[in-house]
Amino acid sequence: MVSEKDVQHIAELADVGISSEELGTFTHQFNAIIEYFDTLDRVKGDPTITHELHTILREDEIEPSLPQEDVLRNAAAKEDGFIKAPRVM
Amino acid sequence: MPVHTITFEPDDRYNAFLTVCKKPVHTEGKLAGVAVAVKDNISTMGIETTCASKILKGYVPPYDAHVVGLLKQAGAAIAGKTNMDEFGMGTTTENSAYGPTLNPCDTGRVPGGSSGGSAAAVASGMVRMALGTDTGGSIRCPAAFCGIVGLKPSYGRVSRYGLIAYANSLEQIGPMGKTVSDVSTLMNVIAGYDRHDTTSRNKPYTHTPVADIKGLKIGIPQEYFGQGVDAQVAAVVKKAIGRLEELGATTVPCSIPSMEYALAAYYVTCTCEASSNLARFDGVRYGPAADTKKSWHDAYQEVRSAAFGTEVRRRIMLGTFALSSGYYGKYYAKAQVARENIKADFNRIFADVDVIAGPTMPTIAFKLKEKSDPLSMYLADILTVPANLAGIPAISVPCGKAEGMPVGLQIMGRMFEDERVVDVAYAYEQAVI
Amino acid sequence: MADAEDQVIVGLEVHCQLDTKSKLFCGCDTDYRSDGPNTHVCPICLGLPGAMPSLNKKAIQYAMKVAKALNCEVLEESEFSRKNYFYPDLDKAYQITQYDKPLAEGGYLEIESDEGGERKIRLTRIHVEEDPGRLVHMGNVERGKYSLVDYNRAGIPLIEIVSEPDMRSPKEARKFLNKLRATLEYLSVFDSEKEGSLRVDANISIKGHERVEVKNITSYKGVEKALLFEVTRQKNLIRRGQRIERETRHYLEARGVTQSARSKEMENDYRYFPEPDLRPLRVKSWVDGIVLPELPDARRERFIAQYGCSLNHARTLTGELKLANFFEKVVAADPKNLSTLASTWIADTLIGELNYRDMNLDKVNIEGFTDLINLLKDDTITDKSGVEILRETLDRIKNNLPYETPLEIMNRLNIRKIVHLSGCGNTVSSASGNLTVGPNPILQAISEVLIEQPKAIEDYNEGKKGAFNFLIGQVMKKTRGCADPADLNRMLTEALKKREA
Repeated sequence: MVSEKDVQHIAELADVGISSEELGTFTHQFNAIIEYFDTLDRVKGDPTITHELHTILREDEIEPSLPQEDVLRNAAAKEDGFIKAPRVM
Repeated sequence: MPVHTITFEPDDRYNAFLTVCKKPVHTEGKLAGVAVAVKDNISTMGIETTCASKILKGYVPPYDAHVVGLLKQAGAAIAGKTNMDEFGMGTTTENSAYGPTLNPCDTGRVPGGSSGGSAAAVASGMVRMALGTDTGGSIRCPAAFCGIVGLKPSYGRVSRYGLIAYANSLEQIGPMGKTVSDVSTLMNVIAGYDRHDTTSRNKPYTHTPVADIKGLKIGIPQEYFGQGVDAQVAAVVKKAIGRLEELGATTVPCSIPSMEYALAAYYVTCTCEASSNLARFDGVRYGPAADTKKSWHDAYQEVRSAAFGTEVRRRIMLGTFALSSGYYGKYYAKAQVARENIKADFNRIFADVDVIAGPTMPTIAFKLKEKSDPLSMYLADILTVPANLAGIPAISVPCGKAEGMPVGLQIMGRMFEDERVVDVAYAYEQAVI
Repeated sequence: MADAEDQVIVGLEVHCQLDTKSKLFCGCDTDYRSDGPNTHVCPICLGLPGAMPSLNKKAIQYAMKVAKALNCEVLEESEFSRKNYFYPDLDKAYQITQYDKPLAEGGYLEIESDEGGERKIRLTRIHVEEDPGRLVHMGNVERGKYSLVDYNRAGIPLIEIVSEPDMRSPKEARKFLNKLRATLEYLSVFDSEKEGSLRVDANISIKGHERVEVKNITSYKGVEKALLFEVTRQKNLIRRGQRIERETRHYLEARGVTQSARSKEMENDYRYFPEPDLRPLRVKSWVDGIVLPELPDARRERFIAQYGCSLNHARTLTGELKLANFFEKVVAADPKNLSTLASTWIADTLIGELNYRDMNLDKVNIEGFTDLINLLKDDTITDKSGVEILRETLDRIKNNLPYETPLEIMNRLNIRKIVHLSGCGNTVSSASGNLTVGPNPILQAISEVLIEQPKAIEDYNEGKKGAFNFLIGQVMKKTRGCADPADLNRMLTEALKKREA
């Protein structure tokens, strides 16, 4: 069972935001889904998973990079070839 | 190589397309001049790719997905980008930030999801073929709801490089078309090893469908005809399976006990992976501008809460919760054990049968806005998720109608036996033409 | 020996950039430092939606060489995981790293302990991960602060080496780091001269008290300085009866201090899970096939055995790959006669002169230096002149003047050693290199000094200490240091005796 406060905290941890109007319904739906997730408690078995494919490696060879314009094209803010981002306080 | 142009001006009354390429160019090859629609979560160089989300509005990839390159090499003309549930999260295409797509069979109903746009484009005849993606049924569900053919390939047979990831360990790009033949032709083009996708397998697909299923053994799982499945849908599918028996196949009852937790395993896995995959959308390198005057954390949250839809935010939060400190073992790790059990169940059944048959979806297409509760929406995926969890191939082929709406027959096969699955669908299709 | 009550305990986490041609998960060229921002970037390292990682074989091979050299146990199966957190330089909002199944575990590195013996510093683990991009902070309070991001560095392969808290002082931490750096250089997997190629996080505590993490140390000297600051800070707090807070602090290189980081860092829940786009690694079978080159300790022992170097000199010379190679090249033609001179002159003089001028060993012309050693070996110049020529050579290089050989400098400055050929009275080989017969410049200088310094002679006659050395100094000045000190000693003593008499 998660509380509205927990849901608020999760929204912050995931940086998705949740409005106060949404919080109630969201928490209710969240709990229903998490309860459904608990079906997994019934799962029994060896936790070590063996992968068929393993050790897939690439030779150390240089390939062309994108031209700078392509790197910057979709960025909303740029300066002198750098991409502009908000400052971490 | 000579370059040609076709004109593509579809009458898109279903909101199937987000972007239409009016004069697509093409070269020569197996698909010369064929207009192919591409789901909008597949990167197309120079063409806006949004995943039907506001957070990628205006994003123009500087590279093509591997399969798009293959389409071009085969001479296909990229007709446009199709509508979908935002980031692939949904079963109805109602979760698109650009409006739902309507079902061409009944515009009061959903086309299914998340590849609803691709399905509607094919079903309405706007294009002959389309690419969709299938994470938990997203190709097969709309194929079933719209009455077309859709194949989810074996995991690893088609490169995911360029597919904007929702759940990496579950999804595949796959072909959709009006006929099994068209689906197979498209699969010929897109399947094969790609060194950029290190989960891809060296298993090219070079098959022409064969309508012979004499001696085929078909498993009929009891869980696919249980109480959650609409009686009319079950009846239509049973009749179709009867047709397969007339063609020389025999049916064997079977059971998949791990179905009990398949859906939980699916939703835990996909929400966890999605929560990580979607964390990169911050408005810095692409997407709506982050306010560089605000602090990083505030700007970031602002962009994401405004530009992600409700279902996307919900799934990101579910995944964040399930991966958070102390919960990994309970959820994600357990879900992977569940998957091993599901694979084991299928392996056990496939020791006795060659394919498994059942309905694709438990109901016909819902009415628009009918499914508003997220959990009840998730439960609709119950019949399609097992194939994704196990990685095995699965196809949906139209097999009749219930309440006037199409019903899909689902055929699942052994890992890498996509050809056989296609043949069974082909045999059925040819028999009822 | 049990730890003292206020014993300092240090553990290090070292990140080194592996010197591969292409990045860890894509083919972008890793040689980005002299190019503009965002010019060594592709969809993969930019984290564009849909791009997928592809693991560089060389990076794994290099990491395994390190694991073998450090005596680690390579795991049967290791895997990559996602470390999820939000930061502008982390374009996927997760770093692909290794979490619960790293490449290798255990291992050790031996260093010289503070007490003089050897201390084995145990390692916890070694793993491979990608470097994030680089942030440049801009703006000010009025115009608004923002950051500029350059993703050239994103995706560069890193090896992370984690030690147990076995170091017992900041000095030992520096030694560990130097030994580690040297080992990685010897393995040819790491270029220590590339700016930012090494980063260190340190954990330090005083026995019985909480542990403090110090992050963001980017230079070797910085490690010792940062830790010395911390030791002082922590000991002061303890002395005042205050608690050491368990926290993360940042090292500010310019001010030489550590500062508390926002505690938000400690709250990060990284939500690790295995990277679904990469398959596990099973490379334990490669270990046997890895051939290690001669490593620093072995080379040190060889220098002692083969060249007769002292332990200290051998340690210094083998402490850096380039230095060791330089030494061996210099003595190659005549190791028997050049080794002692070369090891002394390189370890005790050259390094100091280079450091003083902030110059790299690369700038030294190796043939020129060998010539200098040979001039010393042949007694053509005195030690003092040797130093003068060395300094002149380095200064000329530093000031971009045309290169001159040691011989050319010696002649230009006229500082060839003055040799007194005993028994020949006046015959001498002068500073200009010609054998001339004439007045002996040493005798001449002595005479001049004895005339100029009557007080010193008085002092000498009175037995005052230092008077003799003073006179020697005066003669040396006049002969520009070209006189052999032993000769000079003898001749001055004789001259003073004559005077007395």
